[in-house]
Amino acid sequence: MNDIAPHQRFTDLAADVLAKAKASGATEADVVIADGESLSVQVRLGMVDRLSKAREKRLGLRVFVGKQSACTSTSDFSIDSLSQLVVQTCALAKAVIEDPMSGLPEAAMMAGDPPDLDLFDSTKLDTDRQIELAKRAEEAAMSADERITNSEGADFDSSAGRVVLGNSHGFIGAYRSSSYSLSVSPIASDPATGAMQRDAWYAVQRKFSKLDTPESVGVEAARRTLRRLGARKVGTTRVPVVFDQEMAGSLLGNLCSALSGYSLYKGASFLSGQLGQTIAPEYVTVYDDGRMVGGLGSRPFDGEGLATKKNTIIDRGVLKNYLLDSYSGRKLGLSSTGNASRSVGESPSAGPTNFYMTPGMHNAQEIIGTVKDGLYVTELIGFGINMVTGDYSRGAGGYWIENGELAYPVEEITIAGNLKQMLRDIELVGSDLVFRGRIASPTLKLAEMMVAGS
Amino acid sequence: MSELISLDTFKVTETEVRGALERVKVHDVDYADLYFESCITESVSMEESLVKRATRSISQGVGVRATAGEKTGFAYSDELTKQDLEIAADTARYIAKSPAGNVTVPVPVHAKPKRDLYPVPQGQIDISTTDRVELLNAIDVEARRYDRRIKNVMASFNTEYKIVLVATSEGTMIGDVQPLSRLQVTCIAEENGNRQVGSFGGGGRLGFAFYREGDRYLNYAREAARAAILNLSAVEAPAGVMPVVLGGGWPGILLHEAIGHGLEADFNRKKTSAFSNLLGTRVASDVCTIVDDGTLPGRRGSLNMDDEGTPTSRTVLIDKGILRGYITDKLNARLMGIPVTGNGRRESYQSIVLPRMTNTFMLAGDSNPEDIIRSVDKGLYAVSFGGGQVDITNGKFVFSASEAYLIEGGKITKPVKGATLIGSGPEILTKVSMVGHDLKLDEGIGTCGKEGQSVPVGVGLPTIRIDEITVGGTQQT
Repeated sequence: MNDIAPHQRFTDLAADVLAKAKASGATEADVVIADGESLSVQVRLGMVDRLSKAREKRLGLRVFVGKQSACTSTSDFSIDSLSQLVVQTCALAKAVIEDPMSGLPEAAMMAGDPPDLDLFDSTKLDTDRQIELAKRAEEAAMSADERITNSEGADFDSSAGRVVLGNSHGFIGAYRSSSYSLSVSPIASDPATGAMQRDAWYAVQRKFSKLDTPESVGVEAARRTLRRLGARKVGTTRVPVVFDQEMAGSLLGNLCSALSGYSLYKGASFLSGQLGQTIAPEYVTVYDDGRMVGGLGSRPFDGEGLATKKNTIIDRGVLKNYLLDSYSGRKLGLSSTGNASRSVGESPSAGPTNFYMTPGMHNAQEIIGTVKDGLYVTELIGFGINMVTGDYSRGAGGYWIENGELAYPVEEITIAGNLKQMLRDIELVGSDLVFRGRIASPTLKLAEMMVAGS
Repeated sequence: MSELISLDTFKVTETEVRGALERVKVHDVDYADLYFESCITESVSMEESLVKRATRSISQGVGVRATAGEKTGFAYSDELTKQDLEIAADTARYIAKSPAGNVTVPVPVHAKPKRDLYPVPQGQIDISTTDRVELLNAIDVEARRYDRRIKNVMASFNTEYKIVLVATSEGTMIGDVQPLSRLQVTCIAEENGNRQVGSFGGGGRLGFAFYREGDRYLNYAREAARAAILNLSAVEAPAGVMPVVLGGGWPGILLHEAIGHGLEADFNRKKTSAFSNLLGTRVASDVCTIVDDGTLPGRRGSLNMDDEGTPTSRTVLIDKGILRGYITDKLNARLMGIPVTGNGRRESYQSIVLPRMTNTFMLAGDSNPEDIIRSVDKGLYAVSFGGGQVDITNGKFVFSASEAYLIEGGKITKPVKGATLIGSGPEILTKVSMVGHDLKLDEGIGTCGKEGQSVPVGVGLPTIRIDEITVGGTQQT
């Protein structure tokens, strides 16, 4: 395949579309162009199962006609089609109501010279190499233990892309990024009952050289799968709950949704009106950092062209910042935090970049050791979270803790509580923060939750 | 009747299509297809009494696929030139070991589906933005009029107009026009600092007129407002094992999660499903008969043909408690030696075909719904749900109630909030002891996720009694 289209071509295209929008009656406009290519391979039981290759490109246009606005997108970059798109977008904008808060951020606020955040790796893996890496990972899992009897496969994906953003303030910015990921999903069977369990492990990085070895991913996937064998239900009870890093990360993900400016100004978040309030114990500190070098959520500017930065979200228990773009900021009487997230063709929304809780003093073993009778959660399923009220009730699996030790695996239970209370109930923060995605957390212990089982 | 979709829609020629198919269909390749798609989506949304967001997106592209044994090669492109088709064809063929050029592909017979389950003229989908805006404004007024404790109303109206054309190495070329629309309303109610949410919506392969019939859109507004107000007085959900009565319609999501996914052929061929090897055995009580049916007119999960050009069908999954069938696409049907059911679906030209559900529901039984509720001394009555999820390997599923009530002494009493149900797929239907005569299909808002792909689906259920299931709440019983 050819290389990604040259940078200059898209920069020119963005300028051209913006000029057309002005000519069609737009008072302000911005354009996002994204393109990329990807290669995914999946092997299963040592054979290629699936191979997929793609190149794609997309252009998104947002126009403002006074205080009216609309967004459109297309994959057809022909001149005729783009001219038509501009006209349609302006017509669409004129059909909706005026929104006094709408508009681009102020011209003076646009990001300056973007730093190099080291988000791009030019390493190109050929198909055979990716197949080999996936095979090695699956083989490591399959040979780890004879109770590993089947596999949902191992995937190796690589992708590289570019984002160009331009607006009618004269801002134009571009960056490239890449990602490499490897995952394995082995299945273990209980020799006594034949009951199956599946789990998975993965690695993802912007740089190929930083990716964990296929063998280590496979071995960890096998370990996680095997420990689920023989799982049973437990009785309904109220106990302390320890979230492993992955599940603690999912709690932080829920926190992100509640911090989004869009949920907040609609009154659709349990954190509405809590800025400046103490919402967690003083040993809880959370950051969102868009400028972490090589970070999976890093970018030099946000979806509106504003500089990203490191924001303190919770400072020793006190809620210091929401996640805002300029629109939701205006609605709340606050400034953008540089968290505009933008998929091509949608109007911006607000979301995290690299969002994490700072580590504490205790390792996971020590935290588990403080629990006499309780649950170690390694799996959550379902969508039982009400962002308006914070009510939380999800399917769970993991280990039962007895006298500070992991005793036996459990499944088919639920854990329930309220996110507002769960934040306050954080009792211990682990020392084991590792970035495996855009949202990361150390192990967390919550004082108490309701566990429903048999 | 449905239209004959012309290759001109995609500005490609029959020679180019056949050329690409012959490039893919080398000796080791069992099957190859090209999937052309053109899709226009539009959305308007309202909040704070203002319709201030409108979006429109246009996408077009082709997915090229080859299967050889269990292997699938796939490539897609948003360019439709001869050169792009050839590059995609070469990529898809990578899985085969044999060289190109020694197999001829039959001249495609250009056809249209034999039925038209959704005869919606484009004009009924491509309605003016002004009409959409007016609809949402009326919803806002109606919801706020319902109760003055309604503090915010959010609503969105989305439409999709998709044209697809599938050309296969078997010599078929068949296309379909697939309209889809959905109207969704969410209300937030507030009283003395207690804030609660309620939602309602509906849709299907339907035009704009549907929402106006009998002021259906206003009813959506009232239902969303009613749910939000109801939740203001909801008590915390009980925790533990208890009998649960599910109301008709959307609670059919139970079947989708507990049974449907586990019966998708890919998981069973790979023996990764908790239902593997259970064909012909009892997995439900004899009052349970469950089907997947893609042939219901206008429903959200219905299709004239699936995304491999196979006509959709009605597949009996469970017949009076006995497991009878799987949901298949061409690849898995061939490898398993079982019939193709027309369930090969994909999110778009950018995604690979997978066996997916269409509309999954339980047939009506003969119990009176009131008797079913009366039969429960202490339990839960759930009538509406948010989402659900399943781990197909161990069969554990969950789904979360958005509207549910306590049953005490055979009577529905207080509304409860935050109840999640968790169970085991192969076991749960053996605990269904009563099935009502009131089968209802859902309102048409369901979207199913699998391997990162979302497709529209439908579910349905009569009122049923489950003798015991674990309810996850915060209140010890």
